[in-house]
Amino acid sequence: MIDADEQLSDQQALARLASRARCSVLRLGHAAGGTGAHYGPALSLVEVMTAIYSMARVAPGVGTDLERDRVILSKGHGSLALYTVLHEFGHIPDDVLETAELDGTRLPGQPICDRELGIEFSSGSLGMGLGYGVGLALSARMMQSGRRIFVVMGDGETNEGSVWEAAMAATHFGLGSITAVIDVNDLQSDGATSDIMSFDHAAGWAGFGWEVIEVDGHSIPALQAAIAQKPSGRPRCILARTVKGKGISFMEAVPEWHHGRLTEPQYAEAHDELRGGEPR
Amino acid sequence: MTNLPNPRGLSRLGPRGTFGTALLAAAELNPRVVGVTADLAITAGLERFRVKYPERLLNVGIAEQNLVGIAAGLAEDGWQPFAATFANFAAMRSNEFVRHHLGYMRQKVSVVGIGAGFAMGQFGTTHYSLEDVSALRAIPNLTILSPGDCTEVFQAVLALANDPQPCYLRLSGAPSMRPVDQSDTSFQIGRARVLSTGSDVTIVGTGSMLSVAAGAAGILQERGISVGVVNVHTIKPLDEDAIRGLIGSTGAVVTVEEHSILGGLGAAVAEILSAEAGSPPLRRIGVPDRFPKVGSYDFVLKQCGLTDLLVADEVGDWISRHRRAAAATT
Repeated sequence: MIDADEQLSDQQALARLASRARCSVLRLGHAAGGTGAHYGPALSLVEVMTAIYSMARVAPGVGTDLERDRVILSKGHGSLALYTVLHEFGHIPDDVLETAELDGTRLPGQPICDRELGIEFSSGSLGMGLGYGVGLALSARMMQSGRRIFVVMGDGETNEGSVWEAAMAATHFGLGSITAVIDVNDLQSDGATSDIMSFDHAAGWAGFGWEVIEVDGHSIPALQAAIAQKPSGRPRCILARTVKGKGISFMEAVPEWHHGRLTEPQYAEAHDELRGGEPR
Repeated sequence: MTNLPNPRGLSRLGPRGTFGTALLAAAELNPRVVGVTADLAITAGLERFRVKYPERLLNVGIAEQNLVGIAAGLAEDGWQPFAATFANFAAMRSNEFVRHHLGYMRQKVSVVGIGAGFAMGQFGTTHYSLEDVSALRAIPNLTILSPGDCTEVFQAVLALANDPQPCYLRLSGAPSMRPVDQSDTSFQIGRARVLSTGSDVTIVGTGSMLSVAAGAAGILQERGISVGVVNVHTIKPLDEDAIRGLIGSTGAVVTVEEHSILGGLGAAVAEILSAEAGSPPLRRIGVPDRFPKVGSYDFVLKQCGLTDLLVADEVGDWISRHRRAAAATT
């Protein structure tokens, strides 16, 4: 939880928050046991989710306020980053967080929509979030609401054709309230995105009429600046260049850690590494 | 509640024109009603809606997955979206989106499948929808409606505009769909309407085949067979009491649908009757498990045995065989 004397605008505090969330990703993933957890795609996303929740107008426990900004995690396998960052921002209580990925939990491997916990969208099946976000943005316009809609996708997820149906529609309808953040970690389940399905994201999204901003996806200030940039009237795509497995050296950019299980020595090593590292 | 338009007038409009007329009426009553379409506003009968409420009709282009996704996003804020496209695209191209947004997330969207069955005639098999009910029926939380004539299409749309349950509305039938006389004029989602009772056989019809069931029943009556007709306009949740009510009160049950005989109304009725002791024998009439030869609506229906006379003959033969078999064993 955020300490009372910490200011959210304080970059030191946000870096510490992200650092704690990353430690929680490791701890919860390991505690889940079983066949393992989606470490890589959660670790690449920690700063992205931190930056979004530091800017989005979403207060804990008001999941029915129509005016709230909407954060849609479309890449559901980044769930541990969502849960741990929501926990840090006061949406998910300690005791609920500790049930993540346990049998019967409200926080399974792929998120289930749970507005009480700040989880806006059930996800897991890729390519579902952006079209839903377009609907939310159209609804906001019809209600004259000034809210923003953030849709977080993976770079591999953009292989899905439905993403591009929605991308086209967002431009056609002039939905400047939508900000898509692509976690460009260059890896997907079977290997490098350049090998599986290569794509020039900057040219692609721009070609679909989107405003494109490329940032270091592990720099909270850079992400915040991209989110805060003056609206252009066009939908915005933030290409967050990230490292899959960020923060744990033996996981970084290693495709096998898309989903995996840590041995006890590996867990100890990863734990020490995260604890020893100073916040950036 | 708005007054029902003249049934014959609606019949001339056909199921799509009736849908558009009904949605306009629903929109006048409920400011939350919106239309969403995948480049089929005119085909879905929504032109008058578009003229009257341009800001409440969203055209997402030829993108059926996005059609359902956008409609679901709208539904989250309490809009009542009716998302219309051809039935096969709605049920199959968008199938997982329906499962995810309507079934799993329970967003109240009414997905409207126009041109179901063989209504698209010469467009051919790509535009026929013979598997839509089967493709959607196992999705939890999803209501499936299949109105039996245009008056019922009108009633279904008005009912859906104020119903919280996600739904697939299947619009089958030719451009001029025959009106069916129903003494029970109330329409309630989930409640079958018993048109008549018969001690020999009861024909359970849905959608476009309700009028065929009624027509076949008339022919069989003239041949001295006592026939009842039940209208199942809600395939899911099925009115199980109405189906169980046939046990002991009728000698045999026939289902008729303009849909594959696999997984649709016949299957749903079989699932109920097969679990009950003393159930009457059941015959499922529908589209055989193959793609029929393409042609006009009437040509394909005839090919599949889905006309008043062909259904009457099939039911009559089946009943006779049963009687002979029963006589032989006594």
